[in-house]
Order: sequence, then C-alpha cells, then structure tokens
Amino acid sequence: MLPGLSLMGNPIDPAQALDGMDVRIKKALADVALNAARSKGASYADIRIGRYLNQFVATRENRVQGVANTESYGVGIRVIADGCWGFASSNNVEKEDIAKLAERAVAVAKANAKIQGEPVKLAPQKGYGEVSWKSPIERNAFEVPVKEKVDLLLSTNAIAMQGGASFVNSVILAVNEQKYFASTDGSYIDQDIHRIYPNFTVTKIDRSSGKFDTIRSLSTPMGMGYEYLEPKESSKVKGIVTRYKDRYDILEDVKAATTNVDEKMKAKSVEPGKYDMILDPSHLWLTIHESVGHPTELDRVLGYEANYAGTSFLSLERMNSKKFNFGNELVNVVADKTQKGSLGAVGYDDEGVGCKKWDIVKDGILVNFQATRDQAHMIGLNESQGCSYAQSWQDVQFQRMPNISLQPGKAKLSVDEMIKNVEKGVYIIGDGSFSIDQQRYNFQFGGQMFYEIKEGKIVGMLKDVAYQSNTQEFWNACGAICDESDYRLGGAFNDGKGQPSQSNAVSHGCSTTRFNGVNVINTARKI
Amino acid sequence: MSILSTEEARAILKKALSFSKADECEVSLNGSEGGNIRYARNAVSTAGDMSSMGLAISSTFGKKTGSATINEFDDASLEKVVRRSEELAQLAPANPEYVSLEGPKTFAESITFNPTTARVNPDIRAEAVRKSLEVAKAANLEAAGFLENTTSFRAIMNSKGLYAYNKDTDVSFSVTTRNQAGTGSGYVSNSFNDITKLDTLALTKIAAAKANGSAGARAIEPGKYTVILEPLAASDMLSNLVRGFDARGAEEGRSFMSKKGGETRLGEQLFNEQVNIYSDPFNPELPGATWNGDGLPVERTSWVEKGIVKNLSYSRFWAQKKGVKPLPSAGRIIMEGGSASLEDLIKSTEKGILVTRFWYIRSVDPQTLLLTGLTRDGTFYIENGKIMFPIKNFRFNESPIIMLNNVEALGKAERNGNMIVPPMKIRDFTFSSLSDAV
Repeated sequence: MLPGLSLMGNPIDPAQALDGMDVRIKKALADVALNAARSKGASYADIRIGRYLNQFVATRENRVQGVANTESYGVGIRVIADGCWGFASSNNVEKEDIAKLAERAVAVAKANAKIQGEPVKLAPQKGYGEVSWKSPIERNAFEVPVKEKVDLLLSTNAIAMQGGASFVNSVILAVNEQKYFASTDGSYIDQDIHRIYPNFTVTKIDRSSGKFDTIRSLSTPMGMGYEYLEPKESSKVKGIVTRYKDRYDILEDVKAATTNVDEKMKAKSVEPGKYDMILDPSHLWLTIHESVGHPTELDRVLGYEANYAGTSFLSLERMNSKKFNFGNELVNVVADKTQKGSLGAVGYDDEGVGCKKWDIVKDGILVNFQATRDQAHMIGLNESQGCSYAQSWQDVQFQRMPNISLQPGKAKLSVDEMIKNVEKGVYIIGDGSFSIDQQRYNFQFGGQMFYEIKEGKIVGMLKDVAYQSNTQEFWNACGAICDESDYRLGGAFNDGKGQPSQSNAVSHGCSTTRFNGVNVINTARKI
Repeated sequence: MSILSTEEARAILKKALSFSKADECEVSLNGSEGGNIRYARNAVSTAGDMSSMGLAISSTFGKKTGSATINEFDDASLEKVVRRSEELAQLAPANPEYVSLEGPKTFAESITFNPTTARVNPDIRAEAVRKSLEVAKAANLEAAGFLENTTSFRAIMNSKGLYAYNKDTDVSFSVTTRNQAGTGSGYVSNSFNDITKLDTLALTKIAAAKANGSAGARAIEPGKYTVILEPLAASDMLSNLVRGFDARGAEEGRSFMSKKGGETRLGEQLFNEQVNIYSDPFNPELPGATWNGDGLPVERTSWVEKGIVKNLSYSRFWAQKKGVKPLPSAGRIIMEGGSASLEDLIKSTEKGILVTRFWYIRSVDPQTLLLTGLTRDGTFYIENGKIMFPIKNFRFNESPIIMLNNVEALGKAERNGNMIVPPMKIRDFTFSSLSDAV
C-alpha cells in the first residue's frame, strides 16, 4: 500500500508512541555497553538507543486505506577494536543483552582487523556530558487526533473529485526519532526529532484516448510538527501557481492541481532544443540534491561508495586548489545542519558532534566537502563537520548529506522580473523524473508543471519535457537567482546510500533560478 | 537467537490469538539474524551483526481494523498487545476495501533454507572478502565491495485457522574494481541461497577484467544501436516492467497495461514472441516462500508466454470486486533464455554495444513506461563479432516494452539478484547523450 512501509518499522498503538523512555534508564544501559566494550578491548565505543515512530494516514477518493502507527525500538553499538570498526544491533535492550551485544561488536571488529589497512583515526571530540535537543515544533503530529488528519485528507480528495479528477491519493506521514547517544568520549545526548510530509497525487484519465496524467502536491517534507498543515497567507508565494514556504495549504493546492492536470493533458508537446530554464524551488531542490549534494559527499570523493552510489567528479585536488569553478560567481552553496524547519536539523549528529554550518561552494569555487569524525583528517580538518547519521538503531552510522542549499541572489529580483528577461524558455514547477550518473556529471530531470516562455511572457503549458545537462556546465550557466523573499526549502525522506542501503532525510533551500541555454528533450513515445 | 522453529513460532502465535475478542484477528511473527562486511579502498570500512524479532497483530471489528506490535513474548505482554490492537480498531474508520481473512490452507514446503548459509559468521565473511581483496591488489586495482548474509523466518496465524511458516537464507555479494587512474571500472554482483556457490575470488576476477578492459574509453555518438545487455543490465530494465503487471492499475486506466476504452492489454501480443516470463518458488536457483503475507499460496505463474501477457496480479479486494481469484504479484521472476553464450551473441553482431549494467533508472513516462538511466562499469563497442574497444557511458531513454519488441536473440539465463534473466541482443536501443562518468 505505502512504499517503504516495511522499512519504517512495525504497527503500534498511537498512545504507546507518546511515552518517552526515562533518560536515567538509557544512561544506565549506555554505561553497560560502553564498559563491556572497553573491557573486551575496544579503544572507542558508542551506543545509540533508538525509538523510531511513524504514523501513516493514507486515503484515496472517498475512503481511508489505512491508519498505521509503527514503532522500531532497539540498540546499536559501534566500537573500534584493533584499529577497525565493528558494529552490532539488536531489539533486545535488557542489560545482559546489551553487554553481549557490545562483545559481538568487538568480535566483528577483531575479525575484520585481520584484513584492515590503515587503522581508523577519529577527529578529536570533546564529551558534552548530559545534554538534550528537541525539534522546535509547535504542534506534535502524534498528538493530533487521527480523525483530524482523516478529515483533512478526505476533504482534499473531495475537492479533487468534485473538480473532475479520475483518482486522487493523499497521505500524511509523521516521523519522530527519539535517539539517545552515548560514547566513551563522555557524551550522553538525548534528542527528540520530528518530521512531517503531507502529499497528494491527482490523476486524470481520458478513457476515449487511453491517455492519463498526474500532478503531485507542491508540499515538501519538513522538519516540523503538524503546524506545517496550518495555512498562513504570509507563507504563500503567489504566481501562475501558488507555492508554499513553511506553512502549506493542502486544500488550495489540490484545487489548483485538479485544474492544472486538465490543462497539462491538453498541453502542447515540447519542441526539443535549447531553452533558458527558470526553475522553481519546488523543482530545483532536487537538482541541487543530485548535482551538488551528492558529489560533495566526502565518502564518494574518496571511493567509499564506489560499489553502490558511486564516486564523484570532484576530488581532493580540485577542492584543495581553491580554483575549481563548480559554478559561476553567482553560485554560493552552504551546508547547514542548524536550519530551522529543515529535515537535516538536529542538535548533534549520530556520533555526538554538535551541528554547524559551512561553505561548500563560495562565489562559484568549490571550497569544502561533507565529513564525519573518521574522515576529517583526510581533508586536513581537526574536527568533524557533524555529518554522521544512521536511519535507525539497527543500522551503522556513516557519512550522510546535511542540508545543502543554494544561497539567494544578493540583488532584489522577483520571479516576474526574471521571466520578463527570457526570450525562449521553460518555467518548471514541482519535481518529477530524475536520474544522474555515478560520478554526477550527466543528469536528466522532469517536473510536474512546465510553462512555455516566449519574449518575456508565459504563453501556456507544455508537456513531455525533460532537460539534460552536465553538472559543471549547468552551474556555470546560472543566469540569475531571485532574492531571499522567494527562498524556500524542498527535500526528501528517502535519500538512499550505503550497503545495506539506508535512507536519510535532507532539505535543500533556494530561490527561483535561471539557467541559460539548457538542452530540453521530448519524452513522448508510442508503444 | 531470533530464529524460531515452526513449533516455537506456532506456540507464540496461538497464545496471542487466544486473547483475541475481535471478529477477525491475524498475527505475524518475524525474526532475522545476519551480518555484513563492507570494504572500500582495498580495506574494510564498516561491518556489523544484526538481530531482531517482532510480533504484529491486526484486530478487526466489522471493517474497522487496528494494528499493534510488541518485542516481548510473555503471556502478559501478548495479552496487552492484543488489547491495544482492539482499542485501535475501535478508533479507526471502517475500510470499505477490507476483505475477510483467508481460511486454513496447506502450503507446500519451501526450499528456501540452507543450513550452511545459516552458519556464516564474521570470520567466514572476512575470509571471503580477503580473497576478493587479493585479486584486486594483484591486479593493481582498488576494490569496494559488500557481502551480506541473512537467515530469517516468518510465521502467520489467523482466527480462521490459517497458519504458515517459512525460514530462508540468503547471501549476496558485489564488488566494484577501479584502476588507480580512475579511467576504468568493473562490477559484478550475485546472490545465492547456498553460500557454497559463492566464489568471491572468481567473481572479483570478472570485475577486474572489466576494470582493465574499460580503461581508455572512446566517445561515440549517441543514437540508436544494437545492444547486447548482460543479464544484470537486462534485469535492471525488467524489474521496472513486471511491477506493472497488476490488474487494478490496468483496469483503472493508469498503467502501460491500460488501453483506450477502459480495456487492458491482457492477452495481447505486447512483446516479441521469444519473450517468456514466469515466477516459480521452486526454482532451485531462486527459491521463494510458498505463501504471501495475505495467506495466499504462491505458485508457478506464467506472466508472459511467447510475447503475450497471460496474467495480471489481483489483490484480494480487487479479485473479490471483479469476481476472479486473487493472484499474488510477480515477485522473483524468471525470463527464459536460449542456449547461446554471451560470446555467441557478440560473435553474431555486426555492429553493436555490450552493456555490463545500468544505473539510476527512473521512470520518465508511466504511460509508455519510458525509462531513463545510464550504462556503468564496462561498456564496449562491437564490430564484426568482436569487442573492438571500450566506449564512454551513455544515458538511455528507452521503454522495456519497446526493448522486448526488438529482441533479436536471447542467451542462457542466469540469476542476478532476485531474478533469473538471459543476456539479450536488442536492436534500436536509444542512447540520448554521453556521460563522462567512469
């Protein structure tokens, strides 16, 4: 029914989801693990006691397909022994089980040390003592009655069906990570992290021609509580389609999507060729994610992901030279794990490093990567950038992408002014199909809604649009970036990397941006 | 231990059901034990042992269903979890698509468990990786790979008397080897039920040959080419196709299996007549469970015969609505091949491209199942029956429906991941741009 449901844990009663575990009990369990690991020969150990809660409310047309509360609870212990990493996890969290689990982690490390190369070298990290951090939410989604969510989604669906949609699916997904981290460095960190993602898909079918098309919501997953679903006029960005900042109006959006899907079906099929692209943040976040976020992950640059997600066209030499033109001088990209409302915002990463913000691309030049404690020394850093994350207690933590965002233009510029300066262009709203090679050179992106621009004016909708480019060429073709009044976040819950594959939640902020002379292809086929 | 025998599992499930007061109730119990080792830059990077077990219960009053889980298995905990699911059921809205549970059935015993694979430990994994690293180092290549073994069980029981149990083992291995200059890359992957079939040394040699052979790739123009897809590349395309063999999507008009007037393409010649696709839980190379989570039997099912789509899956709800038998979706699929080797396919090709694998395949248009993605880890130009030189990677934009219409020849099928697929020679495969990626 819901993709990824099985990955998210098991169904539980919602009342149970609200009980937090006493931090004193967690500290006592953590000390058992850390002592057991040390006594078996670990030079370093950390433990994560995690409780991961999810709630899905899924509907289609006039009915509820499912209400599921899921919980995943257990413990993961990571050690360094004989210079090598070892890890073990289990859902048994009694003291005796935890001590045995720590021994298993040490045994794994020692078995692998026989084929280890260089010993693991951790960047120094001071212990924080007993600290805590909580997402700054206004309304805990797990405390909102199921009925309120069901009513909102069924109202959404009713608007679509009244507007002539053939089908509509809508979902609210709420996530709560309750994570306790402790390490032999002397940190005991308790965190309570919340995320939410409401979304819908409107489908229109023309039975006579056998054609169908869809439009998805312009919502995005956020590091917020249920307040994201409480509309606010000041959070709306008006234009040919209304878009949303940190408050989302699902009822307004579904009405527009239902009208737009009709128009999309009747739209002109795009003429392939070179166009100036105007990319809305609801679309551009994904291009940033794939073409900037991934190639600047240090594990990819170094080859640790070579067997799965791939490597990178970037290198230590290119970064160290401080001369590599990732983009032109308009392009400034920051990594930021402190950004309010973003998916990547936490107080501390999953190896106990306090979160921070740093430059990745400065005035077009590549200046930094994304690193964890065991990687920091490889790029000459004496502290980690706090990029360690594990999707659950069950999985080992490793380098994951922080929020990676394109900085808005410094000069005042609205979307309307940007469009006025385009002779022949395509304006894309919403993300669609996406694909990029394993070193992040060649990419192809689709979208949800495509508008043709001729001589400074939007003249109608297009369909069958995808653009192809090369990362460095694309970011050097950046023509203009709207100012910060247009800045919005987009993101995903399911960024995949690692073996076994793990999901990471990450946001990307930007303002509407123009790229000059990009290759557009027509994707229509006959079967 | 998180692996229970059928007797142990049955006792826990029976106890849980004994507390139920709902109209209908189903309970499932899952457990897994396993471990993995990951390596890169010719050394181990991360590795771990993982163990978990959980019980899930769904209680239904009328058409109102609630679910709950627990990790403890004493009587008090089991009763508590049953009560919780019943309370949640009373809160939940009625689901008009709820279908009464399946009654008791006898399922064939599967062949999914291999005791040797179940005994794999960290030392055995480390030794397998040591052999792989030995090949890479000897060839002056840098290896990154992954080896994982899992033993798991699943049991279900419901208030109508249905009970089923299955235990399985699986081991998967993959390795990428790259040359020091970063100009050549090779890859190999495979999965087995029986670890004794895994030869990390031989597999890494294949990846090493690809890495050395792909160095110094030349650029050729994108366009339509005859391609020979190795089984790995072919399976990447097919997995996207078989997901669409579902009756509901087709009959609702929102699938490539739909056609105008509200009809479906079931029974139509959609592919070349060399194409035969089926699933079979008793295939010894690709064994599967003989029942699914809904309590339906999983049996040998033909999906495509001589290019004609023979079956679409029906969920229990959609089957009831349409008055047909439910049919579980296409899981571990097998596409029949011929007797030709990969070398035979190359020999018979005047001009073409050999593709080792594809990468980052995504749907572009669900109406035509147009997919995009890229070649990766070894792409070669063929002329007059011989591999002439390595070529730079391409992006493709192609539909597996068009691809399976353009089949010229099929080679001998082999397992890759959770599929058995032959190497395929396909004409007019569409490459749309070049990639600099190695």
